[in-house]
Amino acid sequence: MPVKPRRSILPILGLVTAAALLAVCLYLFVPLSGNIQYILRLRTLKVLAIVLTGASIAYATVIFQTLTNNRILTPSIIGMDAVHQLFQTVLVFFWGTTTLQFAQKQVNFILTVAMMVGFALVLYILLFRRDGTNLHFLLLVGIVMGTLFTSLTTFLQVLIDPNEYAALQGSMFASFTRVNTDVLLLAGGFTLPTMLYGLRYLRLLDAIALGRDHAVNLGVDYGPVVKRLMVVVAILMAVSTALVGPITFLGLLVANISYHLVDTYRRAPLIWCAVGVGVFALVGSQFIVERYLSYSVPISVVINFAGGIYFLYLVLKERAAW
Amino acid sequence: MVELKGVSKSFGMKRVVKGVSLQIPKRQVTTLIGPNGAGKSTLLSLMSRLLPRDEGEILIDGVPLESYRSGDLAKRLAILKQTQHLNIRLTVRELVEFGRFPYSQGRLTREDRQQVDRALDYLELRGIQGKYLDQLSGGQRQRAFIAMVLAQDTEYVLLDEPLNNLDMKHAVQIMRITRWMVEELGKTVILVLHDVNFASAYSDYIVALKDGSVAATGTPEELIRSDVLRSIYDMEIPIETVGGCRVCIYFTGAKVSGL
Repeated sequence: MPVKPRRSILPILGLVTAAALLAVCLYLFVPLSGNIQYILRLRTLKVLAIVLTGASIAYATVIFQTLTNNRILTPSIIGMDAVHQLFQTVLVFFWGTTTLQFAQKQVNFILTVAMMVGFALVLYILLFRRDGTNLHFLLLVGIVMGTLFTSLTTFLQVLIDPNEYAALQGSMFASFTRVNTDVLLLAGGFTLPTMLYGLRYLRLLDAIALGRDHAVNLGVDYGPVVKRLMVVVAILMAVSTALVGPITFLGLLVANISYHLVDTYRRAPLIWCAVGVGVFALVGSQFIVERYLSYSVPISVVINFAGGIYFLYLVLKERAAW
Repeated sequence: MVELKGVSKSFGMKRVVKGVSLQIPKRQVTTLIGPNGAGKSTLLSLMSRLLPRDEGEILIDGVPLESYRSGDLAKRLAILKQTQHLNIRLTVRELVEFGRFPYSQGRLTREDRQQVDRALDYLELRGIQGKYLDQLSGGQRQRAFIAMVLAQDTEYVLLDEPLNNLDMKHAVQIMRITRWMVEELGKTVILVLHDVNFASAYSDYIVALKDGSVAATGTPEELIRSDVLRSIYDMEIPIETVGGCRVCIYFTGAKVSGL
């Protein structure tokens, strides 16, 4: 069999980065008319939220898939999306839709993040203490808990007043329209330090991708490293979900696109590419939804449609790699 | 020297390793043999901190296993488990480069590259260093993994059933490599083998396990004997000496208890 040398990765990383920047510029400046100052301020705010979300999700998903040695899982499998849905539903159930309104946004944001991270930590502590670092058991319990929360959510939603339910439904889809400056600052304050902290473990992740036994053999302090990175994943997912709503589907897509685009096993370029693709996909879709579809379609539909087609193309083209 | 004192391990209710005490000599090929489920692989995993043990003590060069930092131990002891499936696509060279991870954390220095080159040369993998692991035959892949362990440049090399799924030629090749690692490089190799004859032909020291305990230890001359093997494997095994090597004729003629 002829041996193809690995494709060089720098041009692809450059291309992806350029595409992401281009999408951001497009979103900011096209079309530019009316009260320019006002428009730009509004768009900057939104685009920052989108970039933050896209980057967090891509980053968290690649790390999570590396830890679990699996490229079809997303962090939502440990049930954090379900916690978000349940918490929003409980809020509306007991205190009405006013709690979702403008004034309480920061409070709602912090509480939601706290609930989600708290849930993940409790899950980790309980399971890791009992069973070392058995990630698959953790995932299993996560799925069960997620299902439980989803059922509870549905149950409560059935009881809610239909008008309130309609309002609640808005928070069940990913949307960048309800982001405001204070919440964005909070989210950035959580996310950026977490991502920087995670960078310390990039090289160890390369070894962890070989599987637990090889990683331990190569001197990776496996248990503690996995636990810390799982906390990183939990924080990033919680913040991005609380910021814009459930959007984990994006991670699966961008992570796998990145594995196909960048011909390497090293995690640093893979994460970089995933972040670029994530930003490009989110900003691009938001641009289309906002300027051409006038919000008639949720952003998740656009991403899943375009991303899904591209994904199918990749799978068919490179079937051998599966 | 690797020293085990009263080491035990249970999985759930099942005690797989029961109070094993052993001294494994330096600069020799030591082979763990025994029937399925005797605890050979588990013992190897315990020695290499892949599994936590329940009781007992394991000393590497007189120092307890847990006193080592994991990164330091990786420069002294390497283990290769029997499942060789990777979830990522690597070339032979990239895999072997991972052997230098304990030293350079992925940022290869010149010395690292030399070690990688040397390991590739030793195992005759230079010509296929750019190939992906999934393009290789079983024997080539096994050699690539052994090259990784060799690049790790450790005094102790633990191999868990390195001959699994290999044909005669490749099995002999791997065993020659382990001998050579001991004789030329002065390493201490500890192997788990299923085939008693390979153990007999290539070991300096054999540890026979049965039901999680040490049944017998000794040189091949002391251990490869019908009466000793009968107590370990519960079957009659005639032994012939062919070309100075004790060979177990276990294929036919032996009465297996219960049949």
